[in-house]
Amino acid sequence: MNFGHDGWGARFLDGIVVTVEVSLAAYAVSLVFGLLGAGAKLSPYQWLRWVADVYTTLVRALPELLLLLLIYYSGADAIKFLLSFLGDDYEDVELDPFAAAVMALGFIGGAYMTEVMRGAIQSIPLGQIEAAKACGMSPLLRVRRIILPQMLRFALPGMSNLWLNATKDSSLISVLGSFQDILFMGYRAASTTKHYSYFYSVTALCFLIITLVSMAGIRLLEARVNRGYK
Amino acid sequence: MDTTLKVEDLHKRFGDAEVLKGVSLSANTGDVIAMIGSSGSGKSTLLRCINLLETPNSGRVYVNGELIRMKPLTDGTAKPEDQRQVERIRSKLAMVFQSFNLWSHRTIIENVIEAPIHVLGVPKKEAIERAEILLAKVGIADKRNFYPNHLSGGQQQRAAIARALAMEPSVLLFDEPTSALDPELVGEVLQVMRKLAEEGRTMLVVTHEMGFARDVANQIVFLHKGQIEEQGSPAEVIGHPKSERLKQFLSSTRH
Amino acid sequence: MNESLAFLLSIFPRLLAAVPLTLALTAISGLIGNALAVPVALARLSPNPLLWMPSALYILLMRGTPLLVQTYLIYYGLGEILPGSFIQKTFLWDYLKDGFWYAVFAFSLNTAGYTGEILRGAMSAVPRGEIEAAKAYGMSPRLILWRVTLPRAIQICLPAMSGETILLLKATSLASLITVWDIMGTARQIQKESFRVYEPLIAAGIIYIVTVFILTRVLNLLERRINQHRAAPQSA
Repeated sequence: MNFGHDGWGARFLDGIVVTVEVSLAAYAVSLVFGLLGAGAKLSPYQWLRWVADVYTTLVRALPELLLLLLIYYSGADAIKFLLSFLGDDYEDVELDPFAAAVMALGFIGGAYMTEVMRGAIQSIPLGQIEAAKACGMSPLLRVRRIILPQMLRFALPGMSNLWLNATKDSSLISVLGSFQDILFMGYRAASTTKHYSYFYSVTALCFLIITLVSMAGIRLLEARVNRGYK
Repeated sequence: MDTTLKVEDLHKRFGDAEVLKGVSLSANTGDVIAMIGSSGSGKSTLLRCINLLETPNSGRVYVNGELIRMKPLTDGTAKPEDQRQVERIRSKLAMVFQSFNLWSHRTIIENVIEAPIHVLGVPKKEAIERAEILLAKVGIADKRNFYPNHLSGGQQQRAAIARALAMEPSVLLFDEPTSALDPELVGEVLQVMRKLAEEGRTMLVVTHEMGFARDVANQIVFLHKGQIEEQGSPAEVIGHPKSERLKQFLSSTRH
Repeated sequence: MNESLAFLLSIFPRLLAAVPLTLALTAISGLIGNALAVPVALARLSPNPLLWMPSALYILLMRGTPLLVQTYLIYYGLGEILPGSFIQKTFLWDYLKDGFWYAVFAFSLNTAGYTGEILRGAMSAVPRGEIEAAKAYGMSPRLILWRVTLPRAIQICLPAMSGETILLLKATSLASLITVWDIMGTARQIQKESFRVYEPLIAAGIIYIVTVFILTRVLNLLERRINQHRAAPQSA
C-alpha cells in the first residue's frame, strides 16, 4: 500500500507527538486535581468533603464528550469573566486552545484520579502512619515521607489505567477542530484520499503503539515500585 | 459382581515424585474401608485416581466390574480413552470433599438435585422428593432453602453427603470429610457416616479419625509413601499393628 | 439569566425525547456485547493457541484504541466498502443507511472486548473445588461450563459489569458524531440551530446525570438479587 506514506506518514508521526503532548499535560493536571480531591475527601471538614463528592459524582456521571465541550467553551469565558473584575485591560484575553483542552481533560481525569488516590491512601496500613506520628513527624512531613510514597504502591494499577485512558480520551479533542492529533490526521488523510478504512486503521494503529509502549513502561514501573515487598 | 470396586497396581507420579507405587485394593458391596496414613502417603491421591480427578500413570480401575479404559501417552502419563465412560462411571461414584465444595450459587436443595437432574436425567419432581428424604436423613431438612454460606461447616458437610447420596452411587468416596471442621462439629458428620455404614453402603473413607476407623470400618488400609504397608480388619491393624511405622503412626494420632 | 433559564426549560422536551434512543443504543450494544464476551473469554482461556491468540489480540485492540477511532473506522470504513458490494442489494441496506446500527456495531464489539477480559478474570476465580465437585458427579465439560462456571463467574464480576454498563451509557454519546440523534446529538443540533452554546449542554448534562443515577440504582438492585447467596446469614 503506497498511499504516500512519505507524505502522510510524517504527518501521522506529528500527530502522535501532539497526542502524547496533550495526554501528558492532561494527565499532569489530573494528578493535581486528584491529589486535591483525595485530600478533600479525607479531610475533617464536612464542606470540603461535600465539594469533593459533588465533583467526583458529577464528573463521573457525565459523558466525557459533553464535559469536554462544556468546559472547553466555558473555560475561556469563565476566565475572562473572572479577569474582568481586574479591569478592562483583560477583555481581549484569548485562552490558548491547548491550555483549555488540557484543563478540561485534566479536570475530567481528576475525578477518577481522586477515587484511585483516596482508595490507595485508605489502603495504607494504619500502623505505618501511627509509627510516623509516634516519632513526632508533622502532618506535612508525614504526607511527604510516608503517605505519598506508600500510596503510590497501591495507586499504581489505577493510575496506570488512567494514563491509558488519558491517551485514548485525548482523541476527543479532534472534535474541537483546533488540534492536529492522530485522529485529526486520520480524518484529513481519509477524507482527502477517500481511503477511509486504510487511514482509520492507521489511526488505530498509532494509538495502539502508544498503548503498547505505555504498557511496557508501566510493567517496568510496577516492578520497581514493588521491590521490597514480596 | 460381588466386587463393587477393584484397583490393580496403581501408579501415579507428579513430575519426578512417585506418589503411588503400585497400590491394589478391592471393595465388596457393603465394605467400609478406612484409609489411614500420614500426609503425603498418597491416600487422597488414591481416592482421586478412582474417580479420575487425577489420572493414574498406570494400573487398572474397575467399577462394578467395568474397566475404565485408559490410553498411555508418550510422556509416560495416561489419559482416559472415552470421556463419556468416565462421566458415566463418575455418576456411580459420589465423592464427599474435605472442603465440602457445595455450589455456592445454589441453595442446599438445589445442590442436592443438580446432578441427578442434569447428569442422570431424573425428572425434577422426583429429584426434589428424593432430596427432601435425604436432607431429613442427614438432619438438615429445615435448611433446604438456605445458601451454603449460611450454614455451619458441619451442616455443609452433611448437605454434601446428601448430595452424594442423591446419585444412588455404588461406592461413596470420602476425602478427609472431617479434617476441615471445628472439633465440636466433627461428631455430627461422623454420626451420619456411621448410619450410612450400618445401612450397608459401600464406603471408601480417607480419614484421620481413628475412632471412626476402629468402630465403623470393616477393613483398614495403612498407606505409607505410596504403598500399602498393612491391611486388615480394625482388630488386626489397630489392635495388633505389625510394622514399626504403623505403630509410630498410631501412637502419634491416638486421642 | 431568566431568559437563559427559560430557554433551558424549553429545550428539555426535545432532549427527553432522545432518551429512548440513548437507552436503546445502550441496551442493544450491551446485550450483544455481553453475549459476545462469553466466546471471547472462553477462547482467551483455551490452551489452544489458535483460540487464545486471536482472542488476546482482539481484546488488546478493543482496549488499546479509542472507542471514537473504532466508531469512525466502522462508520466510514464500512461506508466505503459496502456500497457497490452485494449487501446493497439485500434487505440489510435499509439498516445500513442509518448511523444507529454502525454505532451499535462499534459499541458491541468494544463491549465484547472489555467485558470479555472481565469475564475471563472472573472465570479463573471460580473456586476450583466447586468445579471439581461438578466433575466428580459426572458432569460433562459443557454442563460444567453452563451450570457452574458461567453462573459463578457472572456473579463474581457483576459489580464490574455494572460499571461497564454505566460507561457504555456515557460512551453512546459518541454516536452523536456519526449523525445519530441521541441525547448528545440532539443537544448539538440545538446548539447549531439556536447559536446557544451552554444551555443545550447543561440540559443534556442534567438528563444524563438523572439517567445514570436511575440506571445505577436499577443495577444495584439487580446485583443484590443475584448475589443474595453471599448476604449475611439470617438467624439460622
